[in-house]
Amino acid sequence: MNINTTKIISLLFFIFSAFYLYTAYQIQVFAFDENAPFNARSFPIYLGYAGLFFSGLKLILPDPNTIKVDHKNLEYKKTGILILIAIIYGATILKVGYFLTTSLFLFASYYFLGERRWILMFLLSFPFVAAFMYLLHGILDIYLRDPFLQSIGVMG
Amino acid sequence: MIEGILIGLTTALTFQNVLMVMVGCFFGTIIGMLPGLGPMTAIALMIPITYGFDPATGLILMAGVYYGAVFGGSTSSILLNAPGVPGTVATSFDGYPMAQQGKAGKALAIAAWSSFAGGTLSAIYLLFMAPSLSKVSLSFRSPDYFALMILGLTAIAAFSSKGQFLKAMMMVVLGLMLASVGQDSLSDITRFTFDNMNLTDGISFVLVVMATFAMSEALTIILKRNDPTSAAKQVSLTELGSIKINREERTKMYKTIPRSSVIGFLIGVLPGAGATIASFLAYGMERNVVSDQEKEKFGKGSVNGLSAPETANNAACSGSFVPMLTLGIPGSGTTAVMLGALLGFGVQPGPRLYMTNPEIFWSIIMSMYIGMVILLILNLPLIPYIARILAVPKNYLIPLILFFSVTGIYVMSFNNFDIYLMIGIAVVATFLRLYDFPMPPLILAFVLGGLMEENLRRSLLLSNGSWEFLWDRTLTASILATTILIVIWHIYKTFTKKN
Repeated sequence: MNINTTKIISLLFFIFSAFYLYTAYQIQVFAFDENAPFNARSFPIYLGYAGLFFSGLKLILPDPNTIKVDHKNLEYKKTGILILIAIIYGATILKVGYFLTTSLFLFASYYFLGERRWILMFLLSFPFVAAFMYLLHGILDIYLRDPFLQSIGVMG
Repeated sequence: MIEGILIGLTTALTFQNVLMVMVGCFFGTIIGMLPGLGPMTAIALMIPITYGFDPATGLILMAGVYYGAVFGGSTSSILLNAPGVPGTVATSFDGYPMAQQGKAGKALAIAAWSSFAGGTLSAIYLLFMAPSLSKVSLSFRSPDYFALMILGLTAIAAFSSKGQFLKAMMMVVLGLMLASVGQDSLSDITRFTFDNMNLTDGISFVLVVMATFAMSEALTIILKRNDPTSAAKQVSLTELGSIKINREERTKMYKTIPRSSVIGFLIGVLPGAGATIASFLAYGMERNVVSDQEKEKFGKGSVNGLSAPETANNAACSGSFVPMLTLGIPGSGTTAVMLGALLGFGVQPGPRLYMTNPEIFWSIIMSMYIGMVILLILNLPLIPYIARILAVPKNYLIPLILFFSVTGIYVMSFNNFDIYLMIGIAVVATFLRLYDFPMPPLILAFVLGGLMEENLRRSLLLSNGSWEFLWDRTLTASILATTILIVIWHIYKTFTKKN
């Protein structure tokens, strides 16, 4: 059996399915539902077995279409930074507010992706987010939580 | 009936109502393009406005918003690979690759014409078959729905990509597993939440679709930036915005549109099935009926692959009005909101609606067609400008796609956890995409998961736990036989190709 990354993913999926199946069996159902033809744990149990079946087949059967990825050409660093910025964005959006965090997220992302046209970067972050906010909050009446704008009295 | 049609036309063609359709289409398109705001939200936003109007005008405005939002959803699917609504997910399979090849204008034009044709044909079907089809839709029972969903999932897996059936089936199971998170719909027992309150309501569709499509697409572009095999092609703005469809492409569309409209309409008529299953099934069927040479182009910018789901989803939108108007049973979430509005106007839908309120029944049907025409007139001239979104440099476009995705989730839940979950799913999806694991089967399975469990539950409870329900009814057995035939055909084709 040829070991490649697809097989490793299939193995991980097999383990995940086994864990899912174990968790499915642990679902607590009502006493009167325990012997019912179908209860809250039935469908997940079928899914767990289906996951084991398909990933098991993928593991056992030969893989004629082996995918080879050249990791040297992949930009892990920039992608990692972008994910990190997105996580920080997610962590601060509620506390700081939509306007400031979104604008800073966009500005930082442009910068880390190699952009250096400062005026364009500014226009496509702060005023752009303000216009978008106006569309959502002002015109479509969709509530956007923003403690920062509330603290400076811009938003009611 | 002729009298009814004339009443409908007279009502729908008043200046006020035509204006309402125009306004509805315009706002619907804009709202549909925004993440997380699908037709249902768009119509819900219109309800307070329509209470000042008479029922026919109010519903005409809502129908315009509905079609506009579906078209708007297709636009973001094609340009950004960010389908905001389940019904336009299949549009992105070939629409996005076509846009990436510098044919964004053409892709949008094909989508617009296909939607128009799908809507027109389904309005004709609706006109002549609405009352009789409502009886057919009622004959569908839980085992038939369950079988139909199995067919949809198998079809999308079998036709996903050459030699990737097992990978696609793994993604189907993963999608169903994600859909099983949260409260059980009947007993309210929580499953796979690990005592996390944020997971009690389950994972939202917008979150999964934004993570697996838009966000993971953005991350993949950055990841493969230096990959010589995926270097971005430089395309001219004229080519990008061109909406010309050549004769060969038109010929393909002429064949695809009629069959996809029939599938779309019939699926749309079934309560609960709707535009999503219709578009996926139409895509799967189209891939099955085209030539082998054309089949190779699927997923890489095929005209048939784009036209089929676009025709079907619009046809299904019209189809979903059949159970709502004739039986009072909404066929989808969107028509459920419209039903609420209808009741608010004091109109009781049901078999007698077109006898007691013919002006409402027929004017809705007529306004659908007028809505299609107006949508086309409004959107075609705008396509060259909308398509230029893709001319925005990647350094700007990628952060904007990420912002678009996060905003969609933020607006829906105001919850940090959902944003982390979305980023987590996006990272896993990006890794899976690198190794050619297809995402569309995951999305379809996620959308159908709840419905599938519900119908399986009902079927098993009614048959006292026996699996005989799978072959007890002719309809169920026929659908399952079709599913088995698809799998056998797929295996046969794989082996004959190898030999």
